[in-house]
Formats: sequence, C-alpha cells, structure tokens
Amino acid sequence: MTGTSPPLSAPFDVGFDYTRTLGPVLGPFATALRDGRVLGIRGTDRRVHVPVVEFDPVTGDALDELVEVSDFGTVVTWTWQSRPSEGQPLDRSFAWAMIRLDGADTPLLHAVDTGSAEAMWTGMRVRIRWADERSGSITDIACFVPADSATASEPEAPAAASDAAPVTTVVTPIHLHLRHSASAQESDYLRALEQGRLLAQRCTECDKVYIPPRGACPTCGVPTTEPVELPDTGTVTTFCIVNVPFLGQRIAPPYVAAYILLDGADIAFLHLVLGCDAAHVRMGMRVRAVWKPREDWSTTMENIDHFAPTGEPDAADETYAHHL
Amino acid sequence: MAVPDVAVVGFAEAPNLRAADATTNGVEMLVPLFEQVLDELSMTRHDIGFWCSGSSDYLAGRAFSFIAAIDAIGAVPPINESHVEMDAAWALYEAWVKLRTGEVDTALVYGFGKSSAGDLRRTLALQLDPYSVAPLWPDSVTIAALQARLGLETGMWTEREMAEVSARSLRDGATNPLAQRGHATDADALLAEPTLADPLRAYDCAPITDGASVVVLAAADRARELRRDPAWITGMAHRTESGTLTARDLTRSSSTQDCSKAAGTDGVAVAELHAPFSHQDIVLRRALGLGDAVSVSPSGGALCGNPMFSAGLSRIGHAARHVLDGRAEKVLGHATSGPALQQNLVCVMEGGN
Repeated sequence: MTGTSPPLSAPFDVGFDYTRTLGPVLGPFATALRDGRVLGIRGTDRRVHVPVVEFDPVTGDALDELVEVSDFGTVVTWTWQSRPSEGQPLDRSFAWAMIRLDGADTPLLHAVDTGSAEAMWTGMRVRIRWADERSGSITDIACFVPADSATASEPEAPAAASDAAPVTTVVTPIHLHLRHSASAQESDYLRALEQGRLLAQRCTECDKVYIPPRGACPTCGVPTTEPVELPDTGTVTTFCIVNVPFLGQRIAPPYVAAYILLDGADIAFLHLVLGCDAAHVRMGMRVRAVWKPREDWSTTMENIDHFAPTGEPDAADETYAHHL
Repeated sequence: MAVPDVAVVGFAEAPNLRAADATTNGVEMLVPLFEQVLDELSMTRHDIGFWCSGSSDYLAGRAFSFIAAIDAIGAVPPINESHVEMDAAWALYEAWVKLRTGEVDTALVYGFGKSSAGDLRRTLALQLDPYSVAPLWPDSVTIAALQARLGLETGMWTEREMAEVSARSLRDGATNPLAQRGHATDADALLAEPTLADPLRAYDCAPITDGASVVVLAAADRARELRRDPAWITGMAHRTESGTLTARDLTRSSSTQDCSKAAGTDGVAVAELHAPFSHQDIVLRRALGLGDAVSVSPSGGALCGNPMFSAGLSRIGHAARHVLDGRAEKVLGHATSGPALQQNLVCVMEGGN
C-alpha cells in the first residue's frame, strides 16, 4: 500500500558551462565578433552564410573562404517575445528576427529592440548594437536596433587592440530548472524517515524486500506494494576506504563508505561506517544506525548520520553472500 | 536468406496530461502500458525479443535517465535492449532493422517523457546550433513563429488555413479519450483568439504534455500468430536536413518529401502526422502529396497532445490501428524531431497477408 498524500517534489537545478574549441572557421568568426565585425563564409554555390558554417549545408563540402559583411541588414521574418525568459538577449519585450546582413545570403537569428510589436515589420532595416564588453560569442551582438535609430547614442563598436589574441574557445553556461518528483513509493519511504522509521516494501511476485521501495521491481517489472518496517541494524556486505580528497567532501579521509544490508532487506544501500578505525571495518561486520538529533530529522536518509559497529560477532558469510 | 516482413501488432498510449503524477524516469506511466499491450496480445515480457526506447536526459534532468525506465521491463534475466535519445519513432526504426535481420521475431518499442518537470520551450532551445543560436535561448514557439510568418508572407499559407488545421484537430481530439485537448469549434472562433507569439495563437501550438506510448512489432509468421490483421510495414524512411536553421527553406520539408518517395506513400487512406504547429501540418501534407480524400490525423494529432519522445511513435500506433481494426488498407505514420521539422520519419503500413 502506498500513502494517499501526493508524492514529494522539490526544485532541482542542473547546470554546466559547456567549453568548446572553435577551430578554423568558428574561431575567426568569434574573433571578429569580439572586434566588432561580422564574418560570413562563402558556400559551394557562392552564397555567403552568416553565421558561418564549417561545411556547406547542401553539399557537405568543407568551407574556408571568409567574407566580411555589414552590420546593417534587413528583417526576413520576425515574432514577438512578450515575456523574455532567462538567458535571452533582452530583459524587456522584444522581437526575434531572422536578419539578412548586407553582403550575406542567409539570415542570422537575433533579437531586435523596438519597444513594441507595432514597430516591427518584414523588410525593415536594422543594425547591430554591440555589447559593451565582448568576449568572442554571438552575445557580443547585444541585439539589433532600427537602422534609422543610429545616432550619437549608438556608438560604433570600439576597435579591439589589433594585437589581441585570436579567440579559440567559447564558454556557454547552460542552466535548466526542473521540479524533481519522488515516486509514490519513495515518498512513503521519505515520510517514514522523517519519523525515524525505515520503511521498505516487498515485491509481491519475487518476495524481495527493497529499501527504498520502488515504482517497479527491477526483476519483475511490477511496483512494490507490501510495506515492511525494518530495524536500523544490519551487516556490512562490502566497503571501501576513501583516501582521496574531493570537492565538497564533508569528512576528512581516511573514512569508510560501505554497503549496508539492513536485517530483513534484500538490497544493500551505501552509507558511512564511522566510530571505529577504518582499518577495522570488514565484510560481515554488524552495524547500527547513529541518528542525528530528532529535531534535525526531515524527509531524507541524512537523518542517519552514519552507521557504527554494534560489537556483536560478525555475520556468517552465507547470511549476506547472496547480496554481494 | 529472405528478409522477413515486419508488422505492427500492438499499440497502447498513456493519457496525454499537462502534468502527470509521475517521476521523470517514466516507470509509473510505462508499467500499466506494458501490461495492457502484452495482455491484449496474450504475451508476457519474456516473449519479447528486443526492447528499444526513446527519451531524453535533458527532459528528465539527469544522466542515463532511460536506465531507470528499464525497471518497468523487469530486466532479469538480462534482456536485449537499446535506446535512442530521440522520439521513439526512431527507436521503432531501429527495432524494424533488428527484426529485418532475423535475429529476433518480436520487439517492443516505447517512448516516454515528463515535459512538465522543466520549462520545455527553454529546454528545446538546446537542440539549436550551440555556437550561434542556442546561447541566445530562442524557445521552440519562437522558432515555429518565425517559420509561420515566412510562409504567411510568401503566400505559402494563410492564417485561415492554419486555423482550419487547428479546428479540425480540436474536433478530432474530442473523439480521442486519451487526448489532452479537444472540443467542437471552427476556424472563425479560433481566429478571434489573441496571439501567443505573433503570428501564432495558442491553438496553433501543441500543448505541453506528459505521456508515454508503446508499439509491439513482430516478424512474418509470428505476426500472423499474434494478430489476424497485422499492419505490415511496407515502407519506412527517415531523413535529416541541415543543422543550420537559417540555411534551410523553412516553408517546405524536403526531408519529408524524400521520405515519402522512399517509403511509397501513394494511396494511403489515413495519415497520422506529427505536426506540433498548425502550419507544419500544411507543410507536411504538401511534402507527402496528400490529397483531400486522405484522412489526416484523426486522433487529433500533436495539437491535441504532444508528449515529447512518444508523440511520433504514437502517430505510427494510431495509424496502425486503422489497419489492425480492418478500417483501412494502407496508412502512414509520420514523426518529426529537431527544430522546425528538421528531421522526419515516415512509416507506411498495409493490411493483407
């Protein structure tokens, strides 16, 4: 039986700074952007592609003839972004447009800052507004603006020092925001942990007891359903002594990370074994949970600070050999 | 050795929901589907020779997310399994190839995704060129809106034609109990709605959907044992266009046209199209050369529910049902992937033994 409360969920952010090497076509394109210029590349059919492509989109031929194009261009198609989202070029409503720069044959996708959709039309003339600080990325183009708004308040791109090193890599931070949901079975398990209980479930087909319980028994493919309350004592089935320091480590090495098979469970889980010299931890060692103070409990296995030896005689091999 | 014929013999789909009560690993949505489709065929999971799935780590927010879904199969003793990071229609392609080799005679293909866990439109920006486009985060509706205006302003289609596609889909969606959307409406009513991303209105865009689906394939005699009227796959092709969005003619779908030629789509009575935006339905119908007599997306199509990574597979399943039930002789299912119809797959199925 699983509980009637809705499954637990929590915000979950994933992020990574993608660092990419640019090579002989994208490198000069990025270098030019940093210097306030736009390069295109001539395709097999003589069309000039902006942004540059390394291989011809039709024939697949490697391309190498770079061509400088204008920072003025014409809107080919557009749409309106009324509520900008994270990472987009402008933080107020703006147009997305495909813009064919003068000297190019294919359009570039970017933002146009016009203030309102009424001020946008296909065929309108626009020009680049360069970012104040540039690093060799497409975001060095802050956005486009109507060409006739080019006044003294729209300074020309400041020329970069001619001896600046070519741009060879680009770093693109990617961050996604999700809401992670636990399964109904995991939620029951986590809510029990908040009360200091270890709640497993039995698969009704193979009789195996899983902690945490599962949305599907990996052997039988059916959800575990029958609740089984387990004690907080168990056996070390296997372990390793951590000697290597790493980012975010909370305990000074050496210490022991071990698989603990709770009494009555059919699957072991990873936890810490502390409270004795690391050299004394062994397979078959009997351990008991050391809980954090009750006021610190929440819906997490971290309520158990670590496992410590009970001092009982070691478990016989045959009691855990099947679970290695 | 003769290459065996391969047929669709079973299909099941989860309810298309805005937000399913499920984890991102798909287990909760898949367990009942496997049970349903295998029961219908009087099979057990041990009768399946090959398993192949489509899903995405970006959607799930974790690496190797498809591994957890394998729990729903019960993978002990070890199974013959594969995965594509694409719509499961491409997993079906892989399974079809596997069956054609003669190595196995049954395959179960499944796709799943929980789009509601993240910000789908933003996540889909990551399929754009990573150097010159993705760093600007243009979302999937933006890309479709740019494509729609190109067609409108070059006279390829009109806003009314787009609204007629949406009205047809919504009316059909009302007849599909698993669809997310569907109601009686007409083009006039839809044209009165405000724009979401000019020129697209909300009804021009597929909703955000959580879901999953399953298709069972079988080869030659095994297919005949499992079904009186298997939906024989008589043509299958997939093609990809340039990854440079702005180097393509976005008002046409040359890849779909090439698929259509390779798969042999003449004479289909039903075409289930994976068109997440109304104008894309028009682009696809033209690329496939579908006449007025062809019934297009009678399930309601992607505009009534677009579960990422299973919506394309579901189109093949819905099309196959017309043959399995003896309602049509020749049908096609289409799937798309990538921005603005970049990649397309066409699967043609026919009745008769």
